[in-house]
Amino acid sequence: MDDLLGEFLTETAESLDVVDVELVKFEQEPNNAGILDNIFRLVHTIKGTCGFLGLPRLESLAHAAETLMGKYRDGVPVTPEGVSVILETIDRLKEILEELGETSAEPAGSDDDLIAQLDQFSGIGGGEQEEAPVAADAPAETAAAPEAAPAESEMQIVERELKPGEVSLDDLEKAFQETSGPEEVAADGNDAETVPAAQDKKEPAKEAAADGAKAKGGKEGGVKQSIRVNVDTLEQLMTMVSELVLTRNQLLEMVRRLDDSEFKVPLQRLSTVTAELQDGVMKTRMQPIGNAWQKLPRIIRDLSNELGKKIDLQMKGAETELDRQILELVKDPLTHMVRNSADHGLEITEDRIKAGKSEVGTVTLSAYHEGGHIIILVADDGKGLDADKIKEKVIDNGLATQAELDKMTEAQIHKYIFKAGFSTATKVTNVSGRGVGMDVVRTNIELIGGIVDVTSVQGQGSTFTIKIPLTLAIVSALIVESCGQRFAIPQLSVVELVRTHENAEHRIEMINDTPVLRLRNKLLPLIKMSQLLGLKVVEPEEEKADSDDQNFFVVVIQVGAQYFGVVVDSVFDTEEIVVKPMSTMLRDIPLFSGNTILGDGSVIMIIDPNGIAQAAAASDANQSVSEAEEQQEHGVAADEKTPMLIFRSGSDEPKAVPLSLVTRLEELDVTTIERSDGQDLVQYRGTLMPLVHMIDNPNRKEEGAQPILVFADERHSMGLVVDEIDDIVEDRLNVEFASQKPGVIGSAVIKGMATEVIDIGHYIEKAFSDWSEPGDSSYMAGKTRLLLVDDSAFFRNMLAPLLSSAGYEVTIADSALSALELRDSGADFDVIVSDIEMPGMDGIAFAETVRDDPNWQKTPIIALSSHSTPQVIERSRQAGFIDFIGKFDRQGLIESLKDCSSHMGAAA
Amino acid sequence: MTKTTASSDTAEAGTDEYITVTIADQLFGLPILEVQDVFMPETVTVVPLASNDVAGVLNLRGRIVTAIDMRKRLGLEPREAGAPQMAVGIEHKGESYGLIIDQVGEVHRLSDETFEPNPANLDPRWTTVSAGVHRLEGSLMVIFDVNKVLGLDTENPVVNVAA
Repeated sequence: MDDLLGEFLTETAESLDVVDVELVKFEQEPNNAGILDNIFRLVHTIKGTCGFLGLPRLESLAHAAETLMGKYRDGVPVTPEGVSVILETIDRLKEILEELGETSAEPAGSDDDLIAQLDQFSGIGGGEQEEAPVAADAPAETAAAPEAAPAESEMQIVERELKPGEVSLDDLEKAFQETSGPEEVAADGNDAETVPAAQDKKEPAKEAAADGAKAKGGKEGGVKQSIRVNVDTLEQLMTMVSELVLTRNQLLEMVRRLDDSEFKVPLQRLSTVTAELQDGVMKTRMQPIGNAWQKLPRIIRDLSNELGKKIDLQMKGAETELDRQILELVKDPLTHMVRNSADHGLEITEDRIKAGKSEVGTVTLSAYHEGGHIIILVADDGKGLDADKIKEKVIDNGLATQAELDKMTEAQIHKYIFKAGFSTATKVTNVSGRGVGMDVVRTNIELIGGIVDVTSVQGQGSTFTIKIPLTLAIVSALIVESCGQRFAIPQLSVVELVRTHENAEHRIEMINDTPVLRLRNKLLPLIKMSQLLGLKVVEPEEEKADSDDQNFFVVVIQVGAQYFGVVVDSVFDTEEIVVKPMSTMLRDIPLFSGNTILGDGSVIMIIDPNGIAQAAAASDANQSVSEAEEQQEHGVAADEKTPMLIFRSGSDEPKAVPLSLVTRLEELDVTTIERSDGQDLVQYRGTLMPLVHMIDNPNRKEEGAQPILVFADERHSMGLVVDEIDDIVEDRLNVEFASQKPGVIGSAVIKGMATEVIDIGHYIEKAFSDWSEPGDSSYMAGKTRLLLVDDSAFFRNMLAPLLSSAGYEVTIADSALSALELRDSGADFDVIVSDIEMPGMDGIAFAETVRDDPNWQKTPIIALSSHSTPQVIERSRQAGFIDFIGKFDRQGLIESLKDCSSHMGAAA
Repeated sequence: MTKTTASSDTAEAGTDEYITVTIADQLFGLPILEVQDVFMPETVTVVPLASNDVAGVLNLRGRIVTAIDMRKRLGLEPREAGAPQMAVGIEHKGESYGLIIDQVGEVHRLSDETFEPNPANLDPRWTTVSAGVHRLEGSLMVIFDVNKVLGLDTENPVVNVAA
């Protein structure tokens, strides 16, 4: 039964997606009988199967929807309201299906509301007429199961009885029966395969019926044959083929060295077969990009209703194929971009008319192949990006100064929309501007080695361009050499190669020991690969280098909107490589994304262009760290910015919580919230999650969506109910007034507004009495005495309750000096947790002092910092810190402390 | 020597067969069940920015192996140029590692009666990789704890073995 149910779920989910798309089309073309037929058939199939499987809720919903569609087919005028109700029904079906997938049982509940609405549109009594065919339908399917082709004809006869008058389908059917002769044989073979696999007679009938329906609806002559294959099997196949490709390359390389070899001819053949095999296997992983677009028409339709705009979604090149894995990864960013274009890009109707445009705004989505990459364009004919607004926001956020902006081209300014925490929408709508902005899109695209760009003309619209590789498994890479070592750079990020020479047009120039290159009237910042990787230049070469200082290659690399040149000694050819993950021991080196075996059998490291960009940026950040240190010497605290989530709950005053503490933002349908034992609960990711209100007697919403902030650690998750999520801002967090109110740390000025900073710990305790029990108490024989040194009241307030709830006896010091006073007064601790950036004596100096002290020498000391560049980490290690934890990484801190006490246990 | 099954205070309970290796004339033992193969490390690709004891990566029959130089790990003098070296292949969580040592000896079956925890005065760099010591006739054999050797955190070993 489980197999059957699983099969049913996958198939029905697919059908429903199609119905979604078709319905939106149908709404626009109510007279297109073909579309209606298709929808009708899909819903009918779902209904039939549900009846067979004994799923009454699904069946009655599908039945009511089918009845209404039957009316439309009989010529009742189509209304948007009616379609909306059907769409709602589809949504409900999906919800039930989801639950069905999780629990294998239909959830309890009533759909009378929807059914009543549907019946109202179709006129009561309409349902009964349909009843008989339904009953007849299911047996027909099962009875005819062993023989596929007859089943199909029988079923359609049954279906046709539904509506006399449409005889033409009969002819179609006959034509289909006759022409499908040759396919039938193959179809039987196909069924023979699926029957044992599914262990159920239902299977072939359903498939054949679906096939028949497809052929009939699409008016295509042939039956497309497909079998379902487990994705893991395909993945494994792909890995094996990749290995085969590598081995072939190795063999080719070996034979190439031999002048005359008997292996040459068979190897040639092996090579061809391998290439074809690789192609074939790649094809099995390919899916049309249209699969990722399926939900978009529906989204646009709903948006169009919600925003009161008329939106036309054009989709071109939906058949363009790309790797399944990549398809999954671009799905969400694409959806977000299309929403964005519709919401922010397009003007409201009145503005469009004023601007002399057609009142229907167009969002065009297109995809095509271009040299091993796939290009996806999301274009709108809206108002275009407002450079002035972006500039304002850039200055507000302190990303650049007015003077810097003045020098920038319009295109450069547009690119700021990809920066973190950047939304030009003046108000946060339900649709977008929720903080998961274009920077998330950019990050996701870059993760798969893609590039996203924007061009925009004010008043005429914007076009977003995404360029992504076709597959992640095999990449083409440029092999370069630096200091006698070879490295691979993924070709995708390489823009061009420039050869530099003393007397040539391109030569490396220095500004304050920083190399740059003039390239087409622009200065390109250069990074030396040898320097970046800390490679040792061999001595004699250095002498030679003096005379030959300019003879290098510059690999121009683009990461996002950033261009830079990597200086290498020489460049070999490009090679197709299979990226293999590095071992855990090497994984913490950010400059490499993996390693691979080259044709000659040697192992080579693959450079991660993002890592280089970060390393380049980190050297800047390093500079700012040292600047910050200088400031500290003058007694000025470092100007740290913390991303904060601003929301409203209970009252009108804005409230804030550090973004890094929030696990997820969710919107729940209020009807899913249940009450039990005086506590609001919701089923979330398979478990019950408590919901906590910020005030005692909240006004619970009756309907609609309820925004919540989800906080989670490894064992618990909790939802904090809020009225509205306002914004995400990056600002200096300076708690000015400590609060006595429970649940509030204090007030801070954020974005010019007095904002209450919320103590999440309070609400967590409210939700779980057992949260404070340490996760693993085996090491906690006695209470571990812990000294927390941090100059920021905010962190002291956040960490101290957390640590004491984790079973530590916490003592607080607000500076390194007061910590040392504690030492002098004879206090003793088992472990010290100290901030690095502190005014006066900083954490590094503090750790060094502690290490030199005979009393505290053996006390392990853990560093906390918001600047986690490798340099800072290295320095803190040298100073004697045993571990280095990011400031908001609560889980990491607890883990580290646990390790630490286990170590102490071992040593004792 | 009789086969004993219990050696509960070591990670390799129930096993008392070791492959012996030598590094700078010191005898070491590796639990035989942990050892995948023994090979000659050739054409090792150096990995820049990796920790000091990582000798590099190499291709062993189509697999990429991360090679760890045990001399560096133990804080010993580097091997003289041209001196023989061997590697012991270890599989750990689906990843391949190779421990570069001087020489591979033979397989010993040892009773846990001769086993002792690390002496208190042993160099900390050694205790971070050692599970304990076997007293052999005429020599002492330090037992490598593979988990500890491959542990990423060299300064703060988490694994709590010999209590």
